[in-house]
Amino acid sequence: MQEFSLERMIQELEGLLGDKVRTGSDQFFTVLYIDPAALTILMGKLRDEYGFNHLANLTSVDYGEEFEMVYHLYSIPDNNKVLVKTRVPRTLAELDSLISLWPTADWQEREVYDLMGIKFKGHPNLVRVLLPEDFEGHPLRKDYLMGGRK
Amino acid sequence: MEALFINLAEAFTGWMIRLGLNPAWAESILLLVKWIIVITIITVNIIILIWLERKISAFFQERLGPNRLGPFGIFQTVADAIKLLTKEDIVPSAADKLIFKTAPMFFIVVAVMLYTVIPMGKDMEVINLNIGLLFFISVGSLSTIALLMAGWGSNNKWSLMGAVRSVAQMVSYEIPLAFSLLGVVMITGSLNLQDIVAAQDKWWFIVLQPIAFITYFIAATAELNRGPFDMPEAEQELTGGAYTEYTGMRWALFFLAEYTNLVAVSALMATVFLGGWQGPWLPSWLWIIIKTYAVILVFFWVKWTFPRIRMDHLMSFSWKVLVPVSLGNILLTGAGIYFCRWMGWC
Amino acid sequence: MLETDIYTVNVGPIHPSTHGGLHVEAIMDGEIIQDVVVHLGYVHRSVEKIAEGKTYQQFVPYTARLDYLATNLPVLGYCQAVEKLLGIEVPERAEYIRVIMAELSRIASHQIAISATGIDLGATTGLMYGMRDRERIMNIFEMTGGQRLLSSYIRIGGVAADIPDEFIPAVKSLVQDIPRMMEEYNGLMTGNEIWAARMEGVGILAPETAIQYGVTGPNLRASGIAYDLRKAEPYGIYDRFDFDLPLGKRGDSLDRWQVRIDEIGQSGRIIEQALKAMPEGEIKAKVPKVLKPAAGKEVYHRIESAKGELGYYIVSDGSSKPYRLHVRAPSFINLMVLPVICRGGVFQDIITNIATLDPILGESDR
Repeated sequence: MQEFSLERMIQELEGLLGDKVRTGSDQFFTVLYIDPAALTILMGKLRDEYGFNHLANLTSVDYGEEFEMVYHLYSIPDNNKVLVKTRVPRTLAELDSLISLWPTADWQEREVYDLMGIKFKGHPNLVRVLLPEDFEGHPLRKDYLMGGRK
Repeated sequence: MEALFINLAEAFTGWMIRLGLNPAWAESILLLVKWIIVITIITVNIIILIWLERKISAFFQERLGPNRLGPFGIFQTVADAIKLLTKEDIVPSAADKLIFKTAPMFFIVVAVMLYTVIPMGKDMEVINLNIGLLFFISVGSLSTIALLMAGWGSNNKWSLMGAVRSVAQMVSYEIPLAFSLLGVVMITGSLNLQDIVAAQDKWWFIVLQPIAFITYFIAATAELNRGPFDMPEAEQELTGGAYTEYTGMRWALFFLAEYTNLVAVSALMATVFLGGWQGPWLPSWLWIIIKTYAVILVFFWVKWTFPRIRMDHLMSFSWKVLVPVSLGNILLTGAGIYFCRWMGWC
Repeated sequence: MLETDIYTVNVGPIHPSTHGGLHVEAIMDGEIIQDVVVHLGYVHRSVEKIAEGKTYQQFVPYTARLDYLATNLPVLGYCQAVEKLLGIEVPERAEYIRVIMAELSRIASHQIAISATGIDLGATTGLMYGMRDRERIMNIFEMTGGQRLLSSYIRIGGVAADIPDEFIPAVKSLVQDIPRMMEEYNGLMTGNEIWAARMEGVGILAPETAIQYGVTGPNLRASGIAYDLRKAEPYGIYDRFDFDLPLGKRGDSLDRWQVRIDEIGQSGRIIEQALKAMPEGEIKAKVPKVLKPAAGKEVYHRIESAKGELGYYIVSDGSSKPYRLHVRAPSFINLMVLPVICRGGVFQDIITNIATLDPILGESDR
């Protein structure tokens, strides 16, 4: 296997996915913005070809019109890191599940579904994990009314 | 001092006969009084034992243990008993009520019955049974039924699991238990416990039968459901096993019965392996108490040191280790007796 | 052949061995476990939503309540995440105090893990040994933060107050006693035949499975993977210390248990070095009263907590409150592997596996 290089990886991924992937970086991470449709392809590549075997963190942020899914990927033991972000519209909050790539996505996706209300296609058991089954609403959404349930 | 209790009993009978009672009646009343005394002693002794176990476990664990009620917290158990007596008695609505309610009584009755044959001193036992040892083993194994009743009657998965485990465990440990005592019986040629004690005036059987002593000790720990074989209870796994649904005094009866069993089995061990009531200087009844307590302390020591064994290991340990070892011990004893006779030593 | 029915046993949420409010539904065939379903949420306090309504400083005590048995570690992680977000430099002395407090917390947490494993497996005396030694650490926490369990002593920009005079002798004597403590734990439990029989080969977690399931911390290292964030991605001043990573070989319960005991010793080594190198000076950076990170800035900071990789993902919108705060709780993710390692074992192995995975429900349910 070749020595890992972030620049080469970005080049290759941009070549493969074209305008579906956009790269950027913040102070700490190289960020890959990916079209939700191409998420599993990108993640599969990252895992199998670039050695990002550790899906450390999976979460979501509510930006009003859109939800942003955030995936922090690391590689063990090389400790390379990359941040993958993708956005889904609020009206159709649906996304491919990553459970086939990383079983660790199981509960984390359930948590996102539970608290943020994003659905994951292909998740075998997408039920609430932290809140009771009969809970209404998704509390981490910004429009969730605080102050008690009716 | 030696014949203190015998003299007391004789004086009591004589007094009743002088009052004009028919000697047969006097004997029956004496038996009743003996039973009352035995039960009182059992209860009081257990109150002390529970306190002692708590103090000893505290010592092992570098804690203080009970220390609030009375000197060294000795009244703690009394307070606990009062608490248990006044607690609400809950019978689960789904339980099989008759079985649920009789199980603790059955358990304690069986446990108390064990005391009938144990020689508590020279010429001191409730009944001098010629098959005393057999009686002890067979009655002792009846407590399995009480646990099964408790587990089945509770109608609770934890209870049932605990009960099934305890049956499996006790039935399998019954065998090495009986086998390990067989060596002693072969040497003495008697099942009478007084004879067994008498046979130990030169050598205690712990010297002649060390393997039997160890196998008996292990099997007895399992029979008593004490750690590390406390499967039927297993607080941390089965949340109390067969006793899960019991509250208040019903639960306390189980607790009491377990300690009653403990004392009985320890007394039997002292009788069979440690020379019974025989000993120099002190009166015989004091010797048996000292020896019994010594065995009980070893039981405590084992319980507070070892983790709980796993169920399947427990079963395989009985069938693959204890049974063959105790059988081998019987063979060895037989060979030993034959050799001894051949040499003309005995 | 005898026909058997599958039945379920609900271990928890009220059960002595579930370390809080864990509900494990065991699907059993006789004594053999067919499957295990974990139900969470009994201790859910919506910490992430609370964070959105609190300022950055106000949220510090909430983090202490995540992993309440290793209270300084989640606080440290949060404070470092906020410092990273704002670019705050922490004074040297504070960094050293933080390392000492963090490692003390790790020791305390592992001692609880050891104690809890002991009591879960029926070794009651093991429980008391761990608790007894942890008591000394609690006393040290009381010296610094004034509180024993949830001291919130670490603050954004440093620590709350300087250490008192009696702190260093107390820590020194504790560190000296650590080898004796480990010897006692090993002597009482690890060396025991029954103990080994109950743990060896129970709940084997293969290294590949561990990585796939995102398992981190001592559980991952017990599977033989030398991955510790203190070494892989040194945060704070951890790159200055010399310590080893205890590793397991088989990834079974006994390894997970042994790794925790050995890590106590390594933490002791770190504390020893930190005590030697600790300089005098400031204990808190100049931090403004109101913290307002730049809008749109975000950070994912992760530390090696006692349970594994504890990450904080904070998004700022320029106000004094976080726009979004997510806690990557190691217990939550480590618990996911419980069904995998339980399958095919016997009922009592569930208890062993929960105990050696060492989840803390305050953290996993948040």
